[in-house]
Amino acid sequence: MQIDRRLFIHFDWALLGIVLAIASIGILNLYSTTAKIEMSGTPLYLKQIFWLLIGLAVMVAIAFIEYRFYSDFAYIIYSIAFFLLIVVLGYGIITSGVQRWVKIGSLSFQPSEFVKISFILALAKFFHQPPHQKGYSLKQLPLPFFLLLLPMGLILKQPDLGTAIILVLVFFSILIFVKIRWSSLLTIGLAGGAVVPLLWNFLKEYQKKRILTFFNPDLDPLGAGYHLIQSKIAVGSGGIIGKGFMKGTQSKLGFLPEQQTDFIFSALGEEWGLIGSLFVIGLYLALILWGLRIAVQAKDRFSAILAFGVVAMLFWHVFINIGMVLGMMPVVGIPLPLLSYGGSFIISTLIGVGLLLNVSMRRYLF
Amino acid sequence: MMELNTQRMEDFKGIYKYLLVFVGVAFFLIFIRLWFLQVIKGSELRRLSENNCIRLRENPADRGMLLDRKGRILAHNRPSFEVYLVPEDLKINPGVLIKVGAMLNMTQGEIEEKIKAQKRRAPFKPVKIKSDIDWNELALLESNRVHLPGLIVDVRPRRAYDYGDLASHLIGYLGEVDEKELKQSREAPYRMGAQIGKYGVEYRWENDLRGVDGGRQIEVDALGREIRPIGIVEPFPGNNLFLTIDLDLQRTAEEAYQDKNGALIAMDPKTGYILAMVSKPSFEPDTFARNILPEEWKSLVENPYHPLQNKGIQGQYPAGSVFKIITAIAGLESGMITPDTPFTCTGAFHYGNRDFRCWKEGGHGAISLHRAIVESCDSYFYQVGLKVGVDLIAHYANEFGLGRATGISLPHEKQGTVPSSSWKKKRFGVPWYSGETLSFSVGQGYLNATPLQLLMLISGVANAGKLYLPQVVEKVEDIYGRKLKEYPPVELRRADVSEKTLQIVQEALRGAINDPHGTGWTCALKEVKVAGKTGTAQVVRMPENFKKEDRNRMPLKFRDHAWFVAYAPFEDPRISIAVLVEHGGFGASAAAPIAKKVIEKYLNLNPSPPLKMTEKQSDLDYAD
Repeated sequence: MQIDRRLFIHFDWALLGIVLAIASIGILNLYSTTAKIEMSGTPLYLKQIFWLLIGLAVMVAIAFIEYRFYSDFAYIIYSIAFFLLIVVLGYGIITSGVQRWVKIGSLSFQPSEFVKISFILALAKFFHQPPHQKGYSLKQLPLPFFLLLLPMGLILKQPDLGTAIILVLVFFSILIFVKIRWSSLLTIGLAGGAVVPLLWNFLKEYQKKRILTFFNPDLDPLGAGYHLIQSKIAVGSGGIIGKGFMKGTQSKLGFLPEQQTDFIFSALGEEWGLIGSLFVIGLYLALILWGLRIAVQAKDRFSAILAFGVVAMLFWHVFINIGMVLGMMPVVGIPLPLLSYGGSFIISTLIGVGLLLNVSMRRYLF
Repeated sequence: MMELNTQRMEDFKGIYKYLLVFVGVAFFLIFIRLWFLQVIKGSELRRLSENNCIRLRENPADRGMLLDRKGRILAHNRPSFEVYLVPEDLKINPGVLIKVGAMLNMTQGEIEEKIKAQKRRAPFKPVKIKSDIDWNELALLESNRVHLPGLIVDVRPRRAYDYGDLASHLIGYLGEVDEKELKQSREAPYRMGAQIGKYGVEYRWENDLRGVDGGRQIEVDALGREIRPIGIVEPFPGNNLFLTIDLDLQRTAEEAYQDKNGALIAMDPKTGYILAMVSKPSFEPDTFARNILPEEWKSLVENPYHPLQNKGIQGQYPAGSVFKIITAIAGLESGMITPDTPFTCTGAFHYGNRDFRCWKEGGHGAISLHRAIVESCDSYFYQVGLKVGVDLIAHYANEFGLGRATGISLPHEKQGTVPSSSWKKKRFGVPWYSGETLSFSVGQGYLNATPLQLLMLISGVANAGKLYLPQVVEKVEDIYGRKLKEYPPVELRRADVSEKTLQIVQEALRGAINDPHGTGWTCALKEVKVAGKTGTAQVVRMPENFKKEDRNRMPLKFRDHAWFVAYAPFEDPRISIAVLVEHGGFGASAAAPIAKKVIEKYLNLNPSPPLKMTEKQSDLDYAD
């Protein structure tokens, strides 16, 4: 394949710079958080570097393949990801009652991570046909709903409430972006409101408890409520300038659950204080605004929706995760992009970034 | 490749500014929240974090009570005072450890060992040093508490079994939750060190009994002394279980065993409710509640008489002559015999090149069905068995539930074995020999059954073929006395046997207790008619020249097991019972008197005086 020289000229170095900055902070933070935890095997931060390098390679590869290719194969990619998800339910390793991983050799990965990306691709493909005058109406939308509900059911069954929530939010974000009729949106909203109580029954006991605990942390001070309180203490105790690198106590003493994954931001807040937290949040804000710009400047509908979908995914991850750590939202198990530990997640995030780079550097082509 | 669509791109530009505002507002909210936590509440939260001021205190729920069918308490909870130390606090005040040790009569080494044993402890989590301390120790600790930072004395509910080892196998026992159970219980979390049902009803009804644990978050000062609670959740007690057993009847049955080993189960044949369930030797559930010592555990496990086994459902024994009930039914139902078909007993039956002996040396002479059951003639059933064949006998054994688990809600129930020609082919790869049918037709050979299965058999006969699921719990109530669950009788199936056949067998079983020469005469009662059958399960095969008188000189472990199954009253059965006495010898002398005491008790009869065994050994004492 011949690579256009103009691609290098238009390569989005700013986007790459922001991503690398966040990822580096992520590694440092992970190093500090887990340094004192006794664990056998490779230290987590080294594993994370390994995943990061693989992810960056994948990202570059994704960026240089012309996105027409993704458009042509969107539904096939979606089907493959969905198939892998079925494999998880069937043959997935059962770890503590939660089936999320598929194991290939010594590597295991979570297909639900890749479902998110393939879902965005499939929606971009669908919506690249423009709507009629006023916007899309419900009658045109059975396929998108089908694309959403198919993996949703399986993901909820796993059970992985966090990913399911992300799928729904990305779905509605894209609906609004591509212009859906207000009356249709209202109908969906009302119908959704009616379905939520039904869905409640499908939640596992511990998930219900987490959500109830958010509204009243005293309900369960030993379990989920305890996590929330400890997380708030960790962030708050950082104050304005923080306790300093490697000096956080809350996270090191094991007061925080899942401190290297979902609650990683509390360790950051504890050690780097308001200043450090705002710096990282600023980087995320820059990433998202830059991504939105890429979306609206894109040359065609498919790439615009694709870029927007990725940005929406990143935004909801950041907003919900930080909101959860700060006690603004229930604990639903959504990791923080580029900061949380997790191989599949870092790779899916970087695939998303690769797509953004892809769209960004081709906006002057054709 | 498809051409990409560039229509209506202006839609996206139109919404761009709204998206910017939305993202801006979202990040501003995060900023506000950060400001609130880190600047406004920063110093307060920092103080909380600095000494890791929050301690968690568990507050376990009271476990639900176990009650008998009349509401008498079999298992409940009593308060127990437990002593904990926070190792992190001891580093600041090392003297505390020595002082506490002195008050509890423990050496420094012992305490340190307990702390070290908790490897994967979360920071500042208290370690239990001693549980169930007495009042003197408590008073001493409490009065010195101010000088002992890092010491915690807590009240915990502790399982109490007021009747010692009564019904211990049915009740079961508790133990500390293990790694595997911790992992499995994601939806209903247990904490490390929590008590969980491990055996018996305590195990099967764990989810009902457990309740919901509570807890407290307590703020402590730099010395580990409590300042104030931050959050409290009250525990909610577990549900109460009403068992189907009757405390008095259970006690009578246990006492009747004296120092013998074996199993007894009594049931209401018309409901399947278990009235008493004994397995001997038994154990004290309480030793498990207070964390069993290694040497106690060892002695229980290594005891050759298996005290940890509920023999009523886990012990598998040859059914012996009790099985003649099945052989008789198979003969009648298949039409191979009528009640009047005569066979001859000469004391032994020659088949192949071997003599199959009847227990009665002189033989029973010409004999038909009724007398064959009453006097338990072996030769008669050898010949019936040969006529009917192994597979038909096996079929009727299966009809009454032998060879499969009854489905009682207790752990580790065994299936027993009912051999058949296909079974043997599959198991050993060789065909069935008709000589084996002979042992099979009198309940020896490959045949194995649990006492509960034989109880099902006799109950089915008593109840016109209807078999009920044996149940041990009648209902579950919450602490307010509201009924949460009920376990009504469940009819499993109706044995495919004609009423006439059953009547003939019932009459014969009544005869076995009440007729002259009946082998079960030791269970005969004046006020009501009992029907039943004795049996002997061979442990080792006797040499052909074996003298009966030698039996009493045999080592105990080679002596036969004694069986007795019965129901009463004959006309309207209210209780059915199966008794097994391990190495007890003969059903009539070892097992039937135990059944008699239980039946008398249940039917409120006056206890009859102990039977005088004649000095001179009569034939019947050796009846099979």
